[in-house]
Amino acid sequence: MTPTTSIRGFLRRRRFHFTRTRHCLLGLGVFALIGTQASAFTAYVSNEKSNTVSVIDTDKFTVVNTIKVGQRPRGIELTKDGKSVLVAVGDDDTIQVIDVRTHEIVATLPSGPDPELFTQDQTGKILYVANENDNTVTIIDLHRRVPLGEVQVGVEPEGMGLSPDGKILVATSETTNMAHFIDTETRRIVANVLVDARPRFAEFKRDGSEVWVSSEIGGTVSVIDPVKHEVKKKITFDIPGLRKEAIQAVGISITKDGKTGFVALGPANRIAVINAATHEVQKYLLVGQRVWHMAFTPDEKYLLTTNGVSNDVSIIDVANLKVTKTIQVGELPWGIAISQQ
Amino acid sequence: MTVELVTLPRVTGFAPVQYAICLKGIVWREGLRFLHQRERFVAALVRPLVWLFIFAAGFRQVLGVSIIPPYDTYVLYEVYITPGLMLLIQLFNGMQSSLSMVYDREMGNMRTLLVSPMPRGFLLSSKLVAGMAVSLPQVYTFLAIAWFWEIEPPPLGYIAVLPALVLSGLMLGALGMLMSSVSKQLENFAGAMNFVIFPMFFASSALYPLWRVREGSLFLYYVCQLNPFTHAVELARFALYCQINWISLAVVSGCTALFMIGAILAYDPSRGFLARRGEPGGGA
Repeated sequence: MTPTTSIRGFLRRRRFHFTRTRHCLLGLGVFALIGTQASAFTAYVSNEKSNTVSVIDTDKFTVVNTIKVGQRPRGIELTKDGKSVLVAVGDDDTIQVIDVRTHEIVATLPSGPDPELFTQDQTGKILYVANENDNTVTIIDLHRRVPLGEVQVGVEPEGMGLSPDGKILVATSETTNMAHFIDTETRRIVANVLVDARPRFAEFKRDGSEVWVSSEIGGTVSVIDPVKHEVKKKITFDIPGLRKEAIQAVGISITKDGKTGFVALGPANRIAVINAATHEVQKYLLVGQRVWHMAFTPDEKYLLTTNGVSNDVSIIDVANLKVTKTIQVGELPWGIAISQQ
Repeated sequence: MTVELVTLPRVTGFAPVQYAICLKGIVWREGLRFLHQRERFVAALVRPLVWLFIFAAGFRQVLGVSIIPPYDTYVLYEVYITPGLMLLIQLFNGMQSSLSMVYDREMGNMRTLLVSPMPRGFLLSSKLVAGMAVSLPQVYTFLAIAWFWEIEPPPLGYIAVLPALVLSGLMLGALGMLMSSVSKQLENFAGAMNFVIFPMFFASSALYPLWRVREGSLFLYYVCQLNPFTHAVELARFALYCQINWISLAVVSGCTALFMIGAILAYDPSRGFLARRGEPGGGA
């Protein structure tokens, strides 16, 4: 980027920001007139060390409840019907099912040993679970709560990304440094793509055109073409004043329109904002220490990040790209899921 | 030739409009002087900007480890030191306007001002208001530049910080005036400034939060707590985020009153320090 374009870009962003502020002020006025009609969602945060799930009201951004769960909760998701929260409790070798109304554990799933991250298909019938110590991906029927099969992958699988059409599952293995492309119908690996050291997470764009894989030690995000199975771009990060080792890419979220990507940079305590079309980093946002995973509210107004070392959750205003608040949760917050209603 | 004797009417008091004219005259003069000293304006801006762009860039890693009021989230070091730098502008401004008082005194302008029939307290207060008023455009220009560096307090904060700046501007001006009243010459005063500006700025919450200072030295922490500059910085920091720090407000208001009374008494030739030292303008 030439200095001129960068200055132009900067000014454009400022102008954009200015109009935003004006709109916000206008919006505030309208808001005051119509009263409080903000739609409150509920965020669930898994606290790896305190063995709890913090429940956050996204209207007031306060912790409204803390649910005791099994040991070492990490991966967390809501079922597609919105009635239950699934949380992988690795040291108990299971996935617990929490009722969202009563906040009680109502069932467990046969996840296989040490489940870490998992993902569901669009219908919410099938769950794909990464078993970190077993080098497998377990496939579970969510309704009947029975295992359907296993796929052997590389060493220490973690990231699980499902293509929007549900046909391809990308599993990343931390030690093998690969993204495994698994055909969900035949349950076989169709391709292996080598990425940088310690891949942690995989996320598809909604149109299925790209899958982004973050590498923790490599400190990069590989943008992979899911048809050609090739890395078409590698996103790198550079934060002035920070050691390269402190920049560790972990969680990824991409907006529905596929225009903006957010990457958690672990001990760099920052979220990188990426133009998803050009794959250039636009901005770095300061959040809590060792930021790990994140989730959008359904309206994509806010992005919530879990900050493991500082034991808190930061709230990012997505339109203005600003961190507005940080709230305390349990110890070592890891994963986060937000209800759709 | 006949000589007509004119008896001057006895001055018993002034109408508010007369006070207003006097105040306007003093503020106007200070404003004009400031406008004609472009270097002073540039210097006043360069000082905090150097801190912001160079010093803060090197210390980016220092903060971001704790959330302290009034902030709701982690902030970059640049954001943290901005209120301190705003007050740095006011501190220098306050000292500089007092320096100009020493200059005025040496040049005789002050005597012209003090022979005005207006009450001395009013004249000196007007002088303080004038000095404070000159600091405001400097601070706001700095904030405008800082905005481009993504130091973006809420829009209402820019208005909310104004009363805080007025109060702290008066406090620092009064302190400078008090100092100028005990200083004999221009040179002495310049030296004294170093003994005031630097300790006040460094032993405060302007550059580092007090919990950090406390980790380093408990004694220094108490010194910072007693430093009125710390409270002026905190008052502005909270106001910039539309909040009020009541303790700081009380300390800054109290100190403003104390320094102003002190300065007015010190300039009173029949009672002040000047009288005791037999300075020009003093009654002894």
